[in-house]
Amino acid sequence: MKVPVSWLSQHVDLPAGTGVEELDAAFVRQGLEVDAVLRTPETTGPLVVGRVLEIEELTGFKKPIRYCRVDVGNPEPQGIVCGARNFAVGDLVVVALPGVVLPGDFAIAARETYGRVSDGMICSVRELGIGDDHEGILVLGTEGIDPGTPAAGVLGLDDVVLDLEVTTDRGYCMAIRGVAREVAAALGAPWQDPAATTPPAWPGEPAWAVQVEDPARCDRFSMIAMEGLDPAAPTPWWMRRRLTRCGVRSISLAVDVTNYVMLELGQPMHAFDRDAVRGPVVVRTARPGERVTTLDGADRVLTDDDLLITDDSGPIGLAGVMGGASTEVSGATTALLLEAAHWEPTGIGRGVRRHKLPSEAAKRFERGTDPDVTVVALARAAELLAEFGGARVVGGVVDVDTRGPRPQITLATDRPQAVAGIPIAPDAVVDALRTVGCTVETEGAVLTVTPPSWRPDLTDPADLVEEVVRAVGYDEIPGVLPTVPPGRGLTPAQRRRRSVGRALADAGYTEAPAYPFVGPAALTALGLPSEGLLTLRNPLSEQEPAMRPSLLPGLLATLARNLGRGQRDLAVFELGVVFTPGPVSAAPLPPVDRRPDDDVLAALLGAVPAQPWHVGVALTGLREPRGHWGPGRAADWADAVEAARTVAEAAGVELTVRAGDRLPWHPGRCAELLVGEVVVGYAGELHPRVCADLELPARTCAMELDLDALPEKAVAQAPAISTFPPVRMDAALVVDAGVPEADVRASLAGAAGELLEDLQLFDVYTGASLGEGRRSLAYAFTFRAPDRTLTGEQAREAFDAAVAAAAADHGAVLRA
Amino acid sequence: MSGANDPFDPKQVAALSPEALDAAVAEGLAAFAAAADLDALAAVRPAHLGDRGPVLLARRELGALPPAARKDAGQRVNAARVALTEAYDARLAVLAAERDERVLAEERVDVTLPSGRTRPGARHPLTTIQDRIADIFVGMGYEVAEGPELESEWLNFDALNTGPDHPARSLADTFFVAPEDSGLVLRTHTSPVQARTMLERTPPIYVVAPGRVFRTDELDATHTPVFHQVEGLAIDRGLTMAHLRGTLEALARALFGPDSEIRWRPHFFPFTEPSAEFDVWFPEHRDGPQWVEWGGCGMVNPRVLTACGIDPEVYGGFAFGMGIERALQFRHGVSDMHDIVEGDVRFTSAFGAEQ
Repeated sequence: MKVPVSWLSQHVDLPAGTGVEELDAAFVRQGLEVDAVLRTPETTGPLVVGRVLEIEELTGFKKPIRYCRVDVGNPEPQGIVCGARNFAVGDLVVVALPGVVLPGDFAIAARETYGRVSDGMICSVRELGIGDDHEGILVLGTEGIDPGTPAAGVLGLDDVVLDLEVTTDRGYCMAIRGVAREVAAALGAPWQDPAATTPPAWPGEPAWAVQVEDPARCDRFSMIAMEGLDPAAPTPWWMRRRLTRCGVRSISLAVDVTNYVMLELGQPMHAFDRDAVRGPVVVRTARPGERVTTLDGADRVLTDDDLLITDDSGPIGLAGVMGGASTEVSGATTALLLEAAHWEPTGIGRGVRRHKLPSEAAKRFERGTDPDVTVVALARAAELLAEFGGARVVGGVVDVDTRGPRPQITLATDRPQAVAGIPIAPDAVVDALRTVGCTVETEGAVLTVTPPSWRPDLTDPADLVEEVVRAVGYDEIPGVLPTVPPGRGLTPAQRRRRSVGRALADAGYTEAPAYPFVGPAALTALGLPSEGLLTLRNPLSEQEPAMRPSLLPGLLATLARNLGRGQRDLAVFELGVVFTPGPVSAAPLPPVDRRPDDDVLAALLGAVPAQPWHVGVALTGLREPRGHWGPGRAADWADAVEAARTVAEAAGVELTVRAGDRLPWHPGRCAELLVGEVVVGYAGELHPRVCADLELPARTCAMELDLDALPEKAVAQAPAISTFPPVRMDAALVVDAGVPEADVRASLAGAAGELLEDLQLFDVYTGASLGEGRRSLAYAFTFRAPDRTLTGEQAREAFDAAVAAAAADHGAVLRA
Repeated sequence: MSGANDPFDPKQVAALSPEALDAAVAEGLAAFAAAADLDALAAVRPAHLGDRGPVLLARRELGALPPAARKDAGQRVNAARVALTEAYDARLAVLAAERDERVLAEERVDVTLPSGRTRPGARHPLTTIQDRIADIFVGMGYEVAEGPELESEWLNFDALNTGPDHPARSLADTFFVAPEDSGLVLRTHTSPVQARTMLERTPPIYVVAPGRVFRTDELDATHTPVFHQVEGLAIDRGLTMAHLRGTLEALARALFGPDSEIRWRPHFFPFTEPSAEFDVWFPEHRDGPQWVEWGGCGMVNPRVLTACGIDPEVYGGFAFGMGIERALQFRHGVSDMHDIVEGDVRFTSAFGAEQ
């Protein structure tokens, strides 16, 4: 809501010295945020009001030109050349005399043009920086201002506009009336309510037949008829100026007046061309197949939720949202039907969203307007149309008013202080509520409060508490720390996620959370299925309508983006949820007046699809950088597996690995990651085709595992630390190349028994000497007894048993 | 040399004469002093201090002397041996020190060479700042609550006093899950975690819930459709707005420095009443100390308590929520949202693994 300070100060006796800063503070205190302070661009020099004395039409040029003699308060009139034609002798205009600098560094000087000396310029609103209209110059009417008067004050060039953010509960602040009330309350200043007037008792029968078929959505519908409007009558410049400053375009007197009254009182109105309305006006919902062409020219298909204003011809307006084209006020309209109604807010909101029509009227109706002021607003509009357009009210007012009594709220006087945490005396509570317009009856410690007609948001005791605390001032409340009972700290799952993230960062991975949206194309490129994905009805991009079932698309996109920006050696990770594909069962929407019963709650929670936490990495380029120590080492499949081990170690679980075959990994370089017998993820080198399709470097590697599938970390048992000396022995075992090393190691470790303290693979060798398809695995054994110094013989026994087991299980031969 | 059974004649035992011993000592001292390094010293040692050196040979002759002469000669021999040994040891020490100095000098390296053989990784600042905030609250006794990102519409809206006709419940603001009647959305705030917590636990409840949320904004310098919030909820007997302010102040001071302050602006949220937006005074702002808009808060609306099965006549409480991206923007001077969401490793690396 744009609020010119000059308009505000017309209704509030602002204390002397109230500047923009004070107003800003006052608005903040009341909960109206000042989004912007708008000032008119500066004009310097002698800008004055002038009266046009003579107009001489100059001919022979490409366009008609006028040479005017203008009284600017000097003994001699000023000669000025002007290209506009929208003024006449006697009009008051704004003259920039030589020496004026208009906004945009537009300096005015006497100059010769069209064969005359132009001693200044007659200004348009655009040249003055106070509007966009450049159709003609600004005409200030014909009287009331003496020529030579400085124009800045007349035009309000020094007026400041405050752009307020009005929250959805404060519809009444979408008008000068409501804003004035708030400022007056904040500053403790007297103010005049522009709606506190009594409409005239227009004599005669109601001017039009009106029927409201849906009183639940329209509990007050008021209308007057006017005749004798001069269709050519211009909107007075000050009204145009205020409309402009409030962001409303000037259209015609009739429309401008309805908009002006809306800004002043908060009551949107509509003006129909009376002569275009056929028969009685009926307010009803749309019938199947009905359509309406709205003022913006759009032909709209209606639903049975659309509330309409209709006549015998059908719909003539979308109630509260936009008028219809068939009854639009035109340049020839002389008779009007002025309508001001009160519409049920949520229905208006539905209409706005359905038709994507966020009009100024709808913005107000959607927040709730004051049903008390419909006729007051009509009277105000009638007054303005009479004064500036010569129109007069004919017949009596139509006022279909089916409102019930306003609801009352019971409030304990000590409730506000119990909520605020500071003492608030009962009198202060009552005063605060009365200040916002409530009617308050006191009975002991209980108040019966009737909120004012313009505050439909006040429905609960808590709403009243807010009003009271607002009056006291939120920032009067001191900070006090509550006494919180002891908590249990982070959960094991939360601690695990942190440990995993830290471990990966320590291992050189950089975290890169991606948007969780995917499309079939990205999944297909990875060879991942795209069936059964959870999809959005309104995705950001049609290419990515689904929720990710895997972290890989995002990780690889991150890799590609970084590569595109010139990085070469990358290791990134993400720790985030994925969305398990599957059928969606409708989640119930139970009522909110009580806790849902257990069955409903179970259905509600059960309808939310599983969203397990995954962790994934992607890496390419050098895993270890080159440097003075050597040429560096390229990332390979083993780094991806190691990342999984890093995760498992941080999570406190033991991971086993076996050969896997799963896209998007290379079929020969894919590790299946297991905890016990449960597969928890995969790691390895990406399939060459995937790298090619995604334009990633060859041999890009990745890992993804389901963090939630890892069992909880067992409580660790302390090992016995033997202080006796170890015996170390090495063995090189030759096996078929197809035998997994992990299996050989398992056999060795299993058979070596309890004396085996450590077993390390320290070399893998293949060569012609071993024979085709064979490889040598070299192990270092460390044996140690818990209770004695181990003899060579005892160690040898365990060693032989281990080698024998490898021979029996895998045909391993001890290499000579 | 005298044989064991030779008759004694000290004059014949020339090796034991003072002159001979003095000469042997002098020769030895000169040889040791002349040794230029440890190898040379080791080479000359046998000739002077070895078993076949003159002093030790002389010592062997002692047995041949009569007891009266033996004492005197023994003292002379011993003095000669001590003199040589000391000279040798002293020279050895000098040469060893010289050798050590030379070796250490030779082994000198350029310690300014790059040492990083592993690249440092980093956690995303969105993660670490969420952890930091969670830690601050855990320190106050709160627990960290969680909820799903893809959430039931009822928990995201209805339970939070946001009825079916509320403007936020439109395709223009909220991501809805297909099909149309799924009753599922991508949560638009972390507040459904409040509802879940109240449905699952009984008061007193003190929880914070950091997490990712979604709104249908296009990504630009100041907006992202996927962003993060931290939600706080306290439900207990006798909680007031003063407790809310105290809690927010404690957070602000822990996160933005001891001089940070909280300012409230009355606002509207369906799930709190009274409601406020709050600004924090951030003394370290890169554009100078200033108020920065941060989040929303208020006293939990009794309607929300009712929907979640908590008796509003007995319990009350407060809730608050802040934008994490927003905090990153002003705490760390991030000027473009793209940097936060695009996963550029150069951005993230600047923040390290912890905040």
